[in-house]
Amino acid sequence: MPLLLPVLLAALLFSIGIYGVLARRNAILVLMAVELMLNAVNLNLVAFDVWLRDRLLAGQVFTLFVITIAAAEIGLGLAIILLVFRNRATAALDELRDLREQDLAPAGRLGESGTDGGTEPAVTS
Amino acid sequence: MDGFYGGYGLVGLLLLVGVLFVTVAFVANGLLRPTVPGGDKTVTYECGVDPVGEGWAQNHIRYYVFAYLYVVFAVDAIYLFPWATVFAAPGFGAATLVEMFVFIGFLAVGLLYAWKKGVLSWV
Amino acid sequence: MTVEVLFGLLGVVATGSALLVVTTRQMVHAALWLVVTLGAVAGCYLLLSAEFVAWVQVLIYIGAVVVLLLFGLMLTRAPIGASVDLDASMAQRLAAAVVAGATAGVLVVSLVDAFRGEHIALETDRPRGHSSAVGAALFRDWVLPFEVLSVLLLAALVGAIVLSRRDVSEPAERGVT
Repeated sequence: MPLLLPVLLAALLFSIGIYGVLARRNAILVLMAVELMLNAVNLNLVAFDVWLRDRLLAGQVFTLFVITIAAAEIGLGLAIILLVFRNRATAALDELRDLREQDLAPAGRLGESGTDGGTEPAVTS
Repeated sequence: MDGFYGGYGLVGLLLLVGVLFVTVAFVANGLLRPTVPGGDKTVTYECGVDPVGEGWAQNHIRYYVFAYLYVVFAVDAIYLFPWATVFAAPGFGAATLVEMFVFIGFLAVGLLYAWKKGVLSWV
Repeated sequence: MTVEVLFGLLGVVATGSALLVVTTRQMVHAALWLVVTLGAVAGCYLLLSAEFVAWVQVLIYIGAVVVLLLFGLMLTRAPIGASVDLDASMAQRLAAAVVAGATAGVLVVSLVDAFRGEHIALETDRPRGHSSAVGAALFRDWVLPFEVLSVLLLAALVGAIVLSRRDVSEPAERGVT
């Protein structure tokens, strides 16, 4: 099998994941796109492991590790999203801008003005 | 039909036969039976009672922790498979046995934490 | 030859369903298309003779991670049916498409240039990624990362419990089960 076949598939999946991360607004859909990117990396690892006939089987073992870490990451990411949803009743990423730079403040006095304050969290519980 | 691809080819063939069987059965069924669509037939069946609310309810967040516990222990389980094939092989032995129990021990601490925090109590 | 054709077909399935994951307007459909993508990638692993990794992909990704994602969708009250506010503004989507296209272009050009004509010699009698081979590698050469991974999982589990714990005096429950 040509090495290009799996490697190009991985490149396409990675690019689609990048599009998803940048274009989606809902946090859970962004997490799904991150999963696509991780899968592209895994495919690369397996393809190069088989191609190089690595003695330590590094590619496949790393793939197992990446899958494990992805499981840990998705669990924590979803827990954070659920916490945000509980406090604000939204999972849209572009509404979470409390930490944004205060663009109304004059240059050089960014640290002092804080009256803008961001949106109040809509506590519903 | 032997070797790596032959074995999985056989599995794929069986899968194909299964899918074809079900498809043919359902298509034949659809051609032969009378079709009388009606309002009550599309209602969700809830043991004879009229369904209340929609089918898509919001879960309590407590169940999220149960789901995540399942994921963590599923990840743990997939390491048990390769471990089970090698720990008795020559060159491995007691050290490998202990290594897996260290791994499980760490995860058991997590389970213990969940238990102490009262996550596991089913309300 | 059949292996290449099968791999190509699986690649088309994976790419198409991945595109649907990032463009569909129904959130639950996105999760289900993700299942199709992950399954196709698992088939690719199988064709690359990484047998164990393929089944781990099925068990962990399709069996566990997607379930967790569906849980997340239920807990955030994802609507059934199409919703309009899943995507960012048109300008941002265009920018995202440009970035993704540029990444794909750079990657494809450089990969084709680097690996044209290279071939993977697959062993057909005994797969490379047999579970005993993975086990031998894992428990001979990769023991320390493996143990560190258990600490990572413990930390993630504790973190998830802390983040999703209801605090002492429970206010009126918002969710009904």
